[in-house]
Amino acid sequence: MDMNEIKEIFFQECEEQLAELESGLLKLNDGDRDPETVNAVFRAVHSIKGGAGAFGLDDLVAFAHVFETTLDCVRSNRLEPTQDVLKVMLKSADVLADLTNAARDGGCVDEARSRGLVKELEALANGEALVASAEAPKPTPKAAEPVQAAPAPTDESGFQPIPFSFDSFGDDEVAAEYGDTYEISFRPRRELFSKGNEAALLLRDLSRIGEVSINCDLDALPALESMDPEESYFSWKISLKTVKTEDDIRAVFEFAEWDCDLEVKAVEAASQAEELPMVPVPFDLSALDDVPAPAEESEPARAAAESGTAGEDAKMAAAAARVEKKESAAAAAAQTTAAAAAAAAQTTAAAAAAGQTIRVDLDRVDRLINLVGELVINQAMLSQSVIENDTTGTSSINMGLEELQQLTREIQDSVMAIRAQPVKPVFQRMSRIVREVADMVGKSIRLVTEGENTEVDKTVIDKLAEPLTHMIRNAVDHGIETPEKREAAGKDPEGTIKLTAKHRSGRILIELVDDGAGINRERVKQKAIDNDLIAPDANLTDEEIDNLIFAPGFSTADKISDISGRGVGMDVVKRSIQALGGRISISSRPGQGSTFTMSLPLTLAVLDGMVVTVAGQTLVVPLTAIVETLQPEASAIHSFGANQRLISIRNSFCPLVDVGRILNFRSAHANPMEGVALLVESEGGGQRALMVDAIQGQRQVVIKSLEANYTHVPGIAAATILGDGRVALILDVDAVVAASRGHSLKPEMSLAATG
Amino acid sequence: MSYAVKNVSQGNRELIAFRIGDQEFCVNIMSVREIRGWTQATPLPHAPPYVLGVINLRGAVLPIVDLSARLGMKDSEPTARHVIIVAQVNTRVVGLLVEAVSDILTITDDNIQPVPEVSSELEKQYARGILAIDKRMICMIELGALFPEKESEAA
Repeated sequence: MDMNEIKEIFFQECEEQLAELESGLLKLNDGDRDPETVNAVFRAVHSIKGGAGAFGLDDLVAFAHVFETTLDCVRSNRLEPTQDVLKVMLKSADVLADLTNAARDGGCVDEARSRGLVKELEALANGEALVASAEAPKPTPKAAEPVQAAPAPTDESGFQPIPFSFDSFGDDEVAAEYGDTYEISFRPRRELFSKGNEAALLLRDLSRIGEVSINCDLDALPALESMDPEESYFSWKISLKTVKTEDDIRAVFEFAEWDCDLEVKAVEAASQAEELPMVPVPFDLSALDDVPAPAEESEPARAAAESGTAGEDAKMAAAAARVEKKESAAAAAAQTTAAAAAAAAQTTAAAAAAGQTIRVDLDRVDRLINLVGELVINQAMLSQSVIENDTTGTSSINMGLEELQQLTREIQDSVMAIRAQPVKPVFQRMSRIVREVADMVGKSIRLVTEGENTEVDKTVIDKLAEPLTHMIRNAVDHGIETPEKREAAGKDPEGTIKLTAKHRSGRILIELVDDGAGINRERVKQKAIDNDLIAPDANLTDEEIDNLIFAPGFSTADKISDISGRGVGMDVVKRSIQALGGRISISSRPGQGSTFTMSLPLTLAVLDGMVVTVAGQTLVVPLTAIVETLQPEASAIHSFGANQRLISIRNSFCPLVDVGRILNFRSAHANPMEGVALLVESEGGGQRALMVDAIQGQRQVVIKSLEANYTHVPGIAAATILGDGRVALILDVDAVVAASRGHSLKPEMSLAATG
Repeated sequence: MSYAVKNVSQGNRELIAFRIGDQEFCVNIMSVREIRGWTQATPLPHAPPYVLGVINLRGAVLPIVDLSARLGMKDSEPTARHVIIVAQVNTRVVGLLVEAVSDILTITDDNIQPVPEVSSELEKQYARGILAIDKRMICMIELGALFPEKESEAA
């Protein structure tokens, strides 16, 4: 494993941590006050900082540090996580994500923004800290000095040392009024660290046998240039109140005593507090326990503790980082201790991880999926030829084949499940966009997500983000009105955007609903006329007008903002959705909002299909789309107008759609009495009866792309290979139904031509 | 790869020659993946007339193009004696229906004569040269020009 691989793992983990962070903050935003949620949020930032420290990503460390400090105030109940506080925190999470990306891809971050946030975070932390110390009986010294003494890596990025409140430490002294007081002087030597011992762990053990007050002596710490990262520069003076004897105290250092200078002596309880000549650097030992560290630590010590929380990867990282020796002084000092700390914390980290995962190269999974696809086809071919050659149906071959079929199916399901991923990460990214854009345009908007655990193939997820981002921006910028307008219209001043995902007809359906003003049809039409998209006297239905927004070069925003409205709006979205083999439609009700519906294929997936015959061709209709099948009777068929025919099903009338004609397989209408009608539910919600000639049976089929070597075929979703080795086309039910409504199946009809 | 580079440096080319009607054509052998017999294709709705449909090529869906129709000649009526040249065109793999494969030619650039000036746009579009071999005339065609990357094949 080289450095880059380790770094890549770190960034992957960062992504997970950032997702955790965001979902935790959103939970808090929704009023969740579970300490575990706060802890999870804290842990996420903490781990990112820890790893970043090991890699010397100073910007990231600096920002995470400030963020963490503020979060710690929340964790220790010194800062109430109000909506305002959380708003700052969510923004900080965004910046943290930006910084992580910048560190990975070498981009740059909006410095003014991160600096502003650092100030806000500090203000939050400070404001509360000051109140807290005012309440305390004896204000403790501010730690600004020692923090500055430890080299703060990135002052230029706006990082400023933060004064801390030490109330919790003051409590210790008051509380511990029992036992003898010992003064311990502990100066680890370089050998202690090279043997894998860890000073912080020893101190923790010490704290377990009594009440401790620990002071770190930084005097020996040289300037950054002259520092040897593997040398030990710190020493500690500890006063310990305990009922245990001196021998017990020495037992703590049992394995380290040859590698450190240790002095233990009993002192009078009264004098010990004033005796310390050094600037006290309080050191919170809870950092080393199961709960991650709060902010009151000296810089190097906390970096060490963090590496512990970051777990095994941080250990590797720290080990590798040691070789690199590029780290800032703070991180370098931490390295010597990090490896040991990490080892100890491994068990903790492992216990905290929910469910075990491995990272696998996507290519390997793809290859496996392709092979399993072949296996399924082969198995189908085999069983078909056995059936053809064996009419009794009871032979042992048949039984074996059945078992094989079951196994193949199971293998396929499991393999597909490897690639399927919930849409959650994409949805989570959207909440950030809503926040940012809403902030920019001065609107108050809430994003509600539903069905975020809907699973879809990884390739689709990756390509989903871009069009979705565009649409969310549009919804925030154009869809939702300003709070004033909303109030005037009698609506909640806070707008709502709802993002839902669900499976439908073997596709994934993503809906984006806003409760804004809806499409202003008058303006859209006028705009289309102005832009020569339609003729001035064109007579369009509401639906057609709504769909004009997908026309190239169309934008309704009065003023061009940097959010949306450069005229490269929805047509780009439509094209990218179509490139995915998907469709997009809009429905809008004036004053009540708009609904965008995207339907995307679950690529590479298998589907259960009904194999049918149409005009001599074999087609597969996704089973999920079919509501029922029926044999039409002459009395149920009614002519409607010149060409239309309706079929009556339990007293409701449903248009008959001749699949053969729509796909251009035949020119004349088929006789409905000779075929079978498939009642299907389409994306638009309405039911249609699709006429086919005959049903051959049901089968699970592997979806094969037509686009790979050919191009998208209107009315056809994909292809598959049947048991006889021939290609069969999978019907795109929604497109066929749309075609039956009069929309042409020809792809991309120019709107100018229709006007 | 090094083999191909060497060939180019010597000006040698290997071509596959095939027959459509009474004419002979050839394409660069490097673009040909395999040659297989004709199997019934599954027709595609709304496809241009020269696209006969798709077949299963070991699990991949392969579109079959009637090269005769694509070159503006009359539509072929595929029989068991027709063959499909599976060719890589840019990123896509296309099956070309031809009457028969006639030859594998190794030629140098000197053998290639320029295409004469003719009025037909179509021929100018795909023809890259003319070879005279054993008193036969073989037209060298450029598959990339017949199946451009961007343009959808329906156009």
